Amino acid sequence: MIDKKNIPFRRDINIATNRNYIPIIGLEVHVELKTLSKMFCGCSADYFGHEPNTHCCPVCLGLPGALPVPNKKAVEWCILIGLALNCDVPEISKFDRKNYFYPDLPKGYQISQYDMPLCVNGELRIKNSEKWETIRIRRVHMEEDTGKLIHIPDGTLIDFNRSGVPLVEIVTEPDIHSAQEAKIYLQKVQQIIRYLGVSDADMEKGSMRCEPNISLGEHNTKHITQNTNSKLPNYKVEVKNINSFKFVEKAINYEIERQKELLNRGETIKQETRGWSEIKSCTLPQRSKEDAKDYRYFPEPDIPPMRWDKYQVESIKHQVPELPDAKLVRFMKDYKLGEYDANILTTSLLIANYYEECIKYLISSIKDNTINTKTVANLIINKKVNITKTTPSQLIQMLSQKSQMSTLSDEELEKIIQSILINNQKAVADYKSGKQQALMFLVGLAMRETKGQVQAEKLRNILIVKLI
Amino acid sequence: MELFNLTIKEAIEGLKEKKFSCFELVGSCLDRISTLERKLNAFITTNKQKAIEEAKRCDNLINQNKDIFIKLPLLGIPVAIKDLFSTKDLKTTAGSKIINQYIPPYDATVVRKLIEAGAIIIGKTNEDAWGHGSSGENSDYNPTKNPYDLTRVPGGSSSGSGSAVSSGECLFATGTDTGSSIRLPAAFCNLVGIKPTYGRVSRYGIMAMASSFDTIGHLTKTTWDNALILEVTAGQDSLDATTVQHEVPKYTDFLGKSIKGLTIGIPKEYFVTGMDHKVEKITHEAIKKMETLGAKIKNISLPYTEYAIACYYILVPSEISSNLARFDGIRFGNERETFGDEAKRRIMLGTYTLSAGYYDAYYLRACKLRSLIKKDFESAFKIVDIILAPSSPTLPFKIGEKADNPLQMYLSDILMCPINIAGIPSLNVPCGFSENLPIGMQIIGPQFSEGLLFQVGYAYEQETEWFKIRPKL
Repeated sequence: MIDKKNIPFRRDINIATNRNYIPIIGLEVHVELKTLSKMFCGCSADYFGHEPNTHCCPVCLGLPGALPVPNKKAVEWCILIGLALNCDVPEISKFDRKNYFYPDLPKGYQISQYDMPLCVNGELRIKNSEKWETIRIRRVHMEEDTGKLIHIPDGTLIDFNRSGVPLVEIVTEPDIHSAQEAKIYLQKVQQIIRYLGVSDADMEKGSMRCEPNISLGEHNTKHITQNTNSKLPNYKVEVKNINSFKFVEKAINYEIERQKELLNRGETIKQETRGWSEIKSCTLPQRSKEDAKDYRYFPEPDIPPMRWDKYQVESIKHQVPELPDAKLVRFMKDYKLGEYDANILTTSLLIANYYEECIKYLISSIKDNTINTKTVANLIINKKVNITKTTPSQLIQMLSQKSQMSTLSDEELEKIIQSILINNQKAVADYKSGKQQALMFLVGLAMRETKGQVQAEKLRNILIVKLI
Repeated sequence: MELFNLTIKEAIEGLKEKKFSCFELVGSCLDRISTLERKLNAFITTNKQKAIEEAKRCDNLINQNKDIFIKLPLLGIPVAIKDLFSTKDLKTTAGSKIINQYIPPYDATVVRKLIEAGAIIIGKTNEDAWGHGSSGENSDYNPTKNPYDLTRVPGGSSSGSGSAVSSGECLFATGTDTGSSIRLPAAFCNLVGIKPTYGRVSRYGIMAMASSFDTIGHLTKTTWDNALILEVTAGQDSLDATTVQHEVPKYTDFLGKSIKGLTIGIPKEYFVTGMDHKVEKITHEAIKKMETLGAKIKNISLPYTEYAIACYYILVPSEISSNLARFDGIRFGNERETFGDEAKRRIMLGTYTLSAGYYDAYYLRACKLRSLIKKDFESAFKIVDIILAPSSPTLPFKIGEKADNPLQMYLSDILMCPINIAGIPSLNVPCGFSENLPIGMQIIGPQFSEGLLFQVGYAYEQETEWFKIRPKL
């Protein structure tokens, strides 16, 4: 929904909207890696919530003379992400300098990758309204984060704790055609990143950021970008400052409408960067209006290029776990679960692994054919088990006991009670003459006879009634 | 003999044999500084108080354990550090007014290594600001003078380092060489100066001029002194990704070996027209001396030499423009207007050559040319062991003589730049005098051949002993 009060153009013009515009959307996602140290120095990469400027050194402060040394784990994790997105890993890759001035950029340049990124030409399949779409991944590359600016009434403060934290940038081709599709893509990427264990990928905390690039094409074929890249519109609008999936959807929908209106009035849309305003629910031109930026990229001379042989890449590839889509299919097949249930169980790797541990234990230790994979699934999904407190074996045992408890029928229980009363006349007499311990004794016997399947309280009450 | 006139070798022997104390040695240099600095302007900062404390501490160490020199090979030796090197808690200006109050919170790796070897920092030397220059006249703190003739330049950019060692204000000094900056002051001040192989010595903590060209070296009176220092400073550094794992040999072991049978290449492109006749004559005499020592002389050609200046002055300013971007006046330093003219010139040129639309025509092209210049040397070293060349086409020139014409200054780089482009090592050794002014020559070798360079330099030095001619100050 667009807030009509804030659109800076007239809506009273009679618009003939007989053109069928197709939104053409590309997404840039930045993921903060949760490595122990920063991208080019040994400082802690854990900056969120810490006292400002306490995780710094000459390198990430950009002091004169400091030099960058790449974090091997971060580079491997970037390749891991690329491989999980079906990318190729070219033999040679390098870092480049992206030169520009901004107070949060201490060196006056960001070390990034320009023309030889670590991973290229991948793809991700997403399901949108029961239909599978393939989103092409143009590149996955490595770079460093900037410091953080904090605006106060008197001016601006800079916290360099975040400066130098490893960032992986994932760029798609403009294969996305709706806000909903964008959201599904982002959710899938987030899920995969979390499966890999390389980042918390939390939009609210800033460990995952998204910048959509949106334009409108005039063609009425949906897959124009895949077949005819040359027919792409000659502009795109980049939107920044979005910190949730919900806002991504809103921002994209707003932009689509805004651009539609402009095009329908015969106006050309200029290539620009806009910011999402949460308060106004719209995109606004950014205050710092720049011409197309010239970053004067050149190869980073302080870091020799990297060369990957196929064994190194293979070794990283082996670290890619079974990914969510594959796991979903397998869960449905192996555990005979419906798609809905399997989806919930595979949302997070933690829960999926927990579930499989339970089933493993069930099969190997407890020969109880009243419990099956579906019962376990139900329990976890509906009862919201605390998987950190209850081990898989504990869960299965609990389930097993419960199921055994419920197999005792009322007649069988009646029989057992009668039998106890007949065979323990002395205890009955003792109880009737006032000895409470005799009741306890009878309850104990009943528990033994019912093999713990009936609660003690229930047995006690039955006996009391019988002994009146 | 005055203690400040000793070589490092003699100083170590004297300290070992307790002929004098560290306190006396350092004091001798400090006195020299007091006496001469008005004339020379070699230092921006002196570290007098700390140096004296350190000297006393060194004397204690020597008294407690006479074998201490095995662990601390430079114990008690006064060193001057070029002001481009970060020294913890000691003001570092890079010769520029932009960071005239900057006190680094850390030591450069080389500084740390020298301190750990026992050397005593006596001060920070003057230089062309940011390393931009080959005479010392681009310093924001006034030029340094040549001890052999106070009206002349000592060479640059490590101008203060050259002047300080040569005048006895210290026993050795550190420098950087991006396109001449150790070898030229060494030549103009009658010193031995090493420009090592790129990646041999760590650049961490040393303000970057052109990151793929900068090398870290030092100036001494003799070859032996120079070899000893390189044993301390060379080696891989985990803080500098461009240093290499190549083993560091005991460079002093190369000294004294004969150079019989060695082939020395003489590149015809390095004896350029317009070169001073006296310099040419002296250099040829030096070549003849090499022959009497048993070396074979071979004429060679390095055909891409003429393009080296163009290549250099595209790639170096490009990297400079990026490396100086961090001086934004926010975390440290003054605002960018404070940059001197030469720095501004290079920033503008470098920004232009990297710009969209020009990158391919300039930067990329220069990179390709770089490979060709490197290949020139690789081919040459297939047929010769080392290359000999003059260090400067002229004698040390008068202050102001070339300062008006930047292009003329660039020409003095012709003999120097190709070596930095190729990343190979070069050693300047004194090879004579003319009009009482020093002349130096370069001994150039393939990557990691510093030992061989010292070997040749030492053989020549023992025969000629030019280092004994001290300036009349």
